[in-house]
Amino acid sequence: MTHEIICAGFGGQGVMLIGQLLAYGGMLEGKEVTWFPSYGPEMRGGTANCSVVISDQPVGSPIVAEPDGLIAMNGPSLTRFKTAVKPGGVIVYNSSLVTAVPALPGVKICAVPANELARELGNDKISNMVVLGAFLGLTKAVAVSSIETALQQVLPARRHHLIPLNSAALRKGFSLVTE
Amino acid sequence: MERVMMKGNEALAEGAIRAGCRFFFGYPITPQNEIPEYMARRMPEVGGVFLQAESEVSAINMVYGAGGAGGRVLTSSSSPGISLKQEGISYLVGAQVPCVIVNVARGGPGLGGLTPSQSDYFQATKGGGHGDYRLLVYAPGNAQEMVDLIGLAFDKAEAYRNPVMILTDAIMGQMMEPVVLPPLREVSPDKPWATTGKKGRSKPNLINSLGIVGEDLERINVELQAKFARMAADEVRYEADGVEDADLVVVAYGTSSRVVRSAISRLRQEKKKVGLLRPVTLWPFPQQILAELAAAGKRFLVVEMSAGQMVEDVILSVNDRAKVTFFGKLNGTVPTVKEVYDRIMSLLPEGGEE
Repeated sequence: MTHEIICAGFGGQGVMLIGQLLAYGGMLEGKEVTWFPSYGPEMRGGTANCSVVISDQPVGSPIVAEPDGLIAMNGPSLTRFKTAVKPGGVIVYNSSLVTAVPALPGVKICAVPANELARELGNDKISNMVVLGAFLGLTKAVAVSSIETALQQVLPARRHHLIPLNSAALRKGFSLVTE
Repeated sequence: MERVMMKGNEALAEGAIRAGCRFFFGYPITPQNEIPEYMARRMPEVGGVFLQAESEVSAINMVYGAGGAGGRVLTSSSSPGISLKQEGISYLVGAQVPCVIVNVARGGPGLGGLTPSQSDYFQATKGGGHGDYRLLVYAPGNAQEMVDLIGLAFDKAEAYRNPVMILTDAIMGQMMEPVVLPPLREVSPDKPWATTGKKGRSKPNLINSLGIVGEDLERINVELQAKFARMAADEVRYEADGVEDADLVVVAYGTSSRVVRSAISRLRQEKKKVGLLRPVTLWPFPQQILAELAAAGKRFLVVEMSAGQMVEDVILSVNDRAKVTFFGKLNGTVPTVKEVYDRIMSLLPEGGEE
């Protein structure tokens, strides 16, 4: 089983972090993983993205051209990557920032009002975790508990007091699509 | 063994530290900046020296100084910066100073771009500087090899008293993968040739690449060539995956080999007989295995992120015994799995069915 995932959004929305958490979580489950960021000259306010591969086999190309999972935190990211998603794939997008999404044949599309849900939890900045939770609920790419363990390793110690909040956001997103 | 996620550049830097590297001299350039950034933090923790020089030329000459005094020395840069270091590299070979040079390559020529490229193969393997010389050149294929090969590079550099180059690219440097780090090892400071003081010896040690007197230059070159011959005989490394029963063998290294591997795993699900030959040393080049595969009737596809550089060594290795086709990307992009898949399919006999 191989998951090829693109996480994309505005700089500052935490798309690189959720990509790293996916990869870390996969590693903690004994999988082969890669995380590859877009890098180089970027425009302030522009989009950032990363490719994540989680597999039972050694990973070949770390660059995902045809994802089976897309996390889109804003409109430009959805526009850029949605047609690349393979039939049978999953798109989870932040419907707080994106309005209508036309259907794509064979692709499951899930709207998550991430900013509103994050605000309900008391912190706008964890909208990325809500979307990640929903993505995990739909794809089972890695377990939520693995992401929670990964948070301990990915976040610097001075941010560890935020782990319970991140965890709540993950579980909120997860239950949104599984209940 | 505990696996940790690291960027290729950081894995390489930590691998160097654990292999006993205690001197780093460099100058910033994308996409290798994580190496000096990491070294700036890490070197003071292990009692080492991190120094950001005023230029690449200065950095490579600091390598000459510290290496001549017997230190385990590293410098890293990316393509335009590696071009600037070429004079220094030639001097390092001439003076037989061990060191490791890392090129996290980007697209050229000139200032080029920041995107990954494999267009520095000629420079790394054929000698970018002047004189009859060779570098041992390693091309890591994943983050673990960034760690393992940099450790090996220091050992080989000292064993041969010759600079060793790690030729990698922006993808390998920026990508995160799990790695298992080796323990920190102590390295013997015992280098009888190093310029660390005369200490009662009658003759002072001299680190110098000048051979202007009498037949000195010929003697130096004969000595160097004998060393390169030993390296060519003993240091070839490659990975062969499914080449024995393959109709077509794809030759690729570094990032290209990753894409090829993805394409091949798809093709194998369709029962196509395709193998991968991945050179781990770009010099010495794995000529022997390629000659054997050619003699066994294989055909070859070479995939590179360049206009075709390693393909020349493949052609030389098979020596007219096999057909060699090339597929390359020129614009600093990486071939997609589908592009490589399609190219392989077009080369398989009768669509490659068994």
